[in-house]
Amino acid sequence: MIFLNQILQGLFLGAYYALIACSLSFLFGVMRIINLAHGSLAVLAAFLLFVLADRFGLSPWLGLIAVVPVMAALGWVLQVLVLERSLKGGLLVPLLSTFGLAIVVDNLLFEGFGADTRSLAPAIGDLAFASWTLSDDVTIGQLDVIILVAAITVLGGLQLFLARTRLGRTIRATAEEPEIVGLIGIDSRAVYALATAIALALAAIAGAFLGLRATFNPYSGGMQLLFAFEAVVIGGFGSLWGTLIGGIVLGIAQNLGAFITPHGFLIAGHGFFLAVLIARLYLAPLADRVRRRGRKVVAA
Amino acid sequence: MSGAGDLGGNDPRVERWTPRAALFVAAALAMLGVLAFGPALFSAGVTERLSELFIYVVLAVMWNVLAGYGGLVSVGQQAFFGLGAYVAIRLSAAGVSVYPALALAALVVGGLALPIGEVMLRLAGGEFAIGMWVVAELAHLLVNLDPLVQGETGTSLIALDAFGVAARRADTYWAALAAMTLLLALVFLMLRGRLGTALQAIRDDDVAAASIGVRVLATKRVVFVLAAAGAALAGALWLATAITFQPRAYFSVQWTAYMIFMTLVGGLGTFEGPVIGALLFFAVETAFGASGVWYLVGLGAAALGFALFAPRGVWGAFAARFSPRLLPLGYHVVTPRHGVLGGREDT
Repeated sequence: MIFLNQILQGLFLGAYYALIACSLSFLFGVMRIINLAHGSLAVLAAFLLFVLADRFGLSPWLGLIAVVPVMAALGWVLQVLVLERSLKGGLLVPLLSTFGLAIVVDNLLFEGFGADTRSLAPAIGDLAFASWTLSDDVTIGQLDVIILVAAITVLGGLQLFLARTRLGRTIRATAEEPEIVGLIGIDSRAVYALATAIALALAAIAGAFLGLRATFNPYSGGMQLLFAFEAVVIGGFGSLWGTLIGGIVLGIAQNLGAFITPHGFLIAGHGFFLAVLIARLYLAPLADRVRRRGRKVVAA
Repeated sequence: MSGAGDLGGNDPRVERWTPRAALFVAAALAMLGVLAFGPALFSAGVTERLSELFIYVVLAVMWNVLAGYGGLVSVGQQAFFGLGAYVAIRLSAAGVSVYPALALAALVVGGLALPIGEVMLRLAGGEFAIGMWVVAELAHLLVNLDPLVQGETGTSLIALDAFGVAARRADTYWAALAAMTLLLALVFLMLRGRLGTALQAIRDDDVAAASIGVRVLATKRVVFVLAAAGAALAGALWLATAITFQPRAYFSVQWTAYMIFMTLVGGLGTFEGPVIGALLFFAVETAFGASGVWYLVGLGAAALGFALFAPRGVWGAFAARFSPRLLPLGYHVVTPRHGVLGGREDT
């Protein structure tokens, strides 16, 4: 039963990974950019919520109403000042510029808040540790359930937005053919700015849950970027539901690693990610060949 | 423009070694010759700082080989920097004498880079960049498991205690100078040869390069392993200057931030650029290193600014305007009337 509990906790952890991963995946899907400052910007949002809670006693839930628009506006500015110019510079420039940005954000946060580890948990009172006990070994945190519901809502909402709304279709069309959509009156720069704004608004939500369920410090951004990236790659780039599954599988792998040895949490996560990568590189061509051979047999 | 241009007849010629290039190379070699007497000429403090400068040059030149020529932006080169130091400690603990252990560590890590590259080089762009960061994190965690290292407590290169302080300082200086000279010469020869041409073709457009018969993956593999071994050598040398090995300090992503800063500011994809970038970094560190966090904010902002507004860096911009051609790397077509017509200036 302890084993089952580990898997269950991994699933809830994975819901957080899916939350932080979906905006990374979304921005890559639209602009073909991997934003290396993604984790740092999510941590920035967590710090903004921390300030609102600490100085003004504002609950993080209410704080999000202020922080999400602020981060979205920041996304717009980020696109206009940094990404738009980076995109023109070729394949390498967006990586270099967003990495530079991550260093600036991390160290400015350090300058402002020092090295202390923070958490938003004290700001939500009992909810931070309230749980339902299913058996002696299996407990479910109420906050964890909220995170899982939030992840499914955000990913589902994003999926519906892209699939069903006019704006979503515009974004998808721009992602496919940024130059040709100009012919039908779409300003691809405005679409990119909107997409970056959405991505950072989503990163703000992820940052909130990072702060609620765990602790963070000014240099936490890099690790969040890695977790987000691993979830996206495990689930397959470009698929939002894949990202949810990727996040959950990553969370479960980490928790099982921790179950085996105390050092195992991160090692199992990174190791599992590399194993998926290797499997995809070497097994995919093999599976492809088998499938093709199968088809040949059918054709004969 | 070119002094050599008015010597010939009416036929255009292709030139590589110009008198100016010969003079510059001779001057550079003379300077290295003087630096070889460093421990006798400079104070203890200057000798130590120069050793660090040589290591910075190695880091910048190696990252430039990877990103500037191979088109591979990695934010995980600290994996090899840390592994270089770790393997040096392991070899030393196994009885290999200290300075040979530093060089051997670079070779061992270069060997380790082969299978890593086998997987990572199949990733594109940003996936390669962050994938390498994951590799660095995993390497850090695995090194922490070694009982010799004792997790984040770390250990030190105890065998160095057998040397006197002055002898150790001089030996480390010479080792760093030799490493820098060797790697600069290696990259120089590589760029002059067939591999250099292939690399620049891949950097400019790898699909087009493949279509004219450049073996893209094989070429990238060479670059990846060289950059890994170079970063490992830098890590091992840094261990010799610092003596203590704390995994967190060596596997920090900050090392990659330094490499990116030096290469971008100096000039990505140029031979001279990373050397100039390392000198600038060294100067900035000497002046502002004590100001802590603001110094790091400045480094990040400079990398961001150069990436956006001056992607060719200080040297790239200078070379584009004045075409100094101080090194015999490219070929230039010279016609008697019009001077230099064109050539590969971007080596």
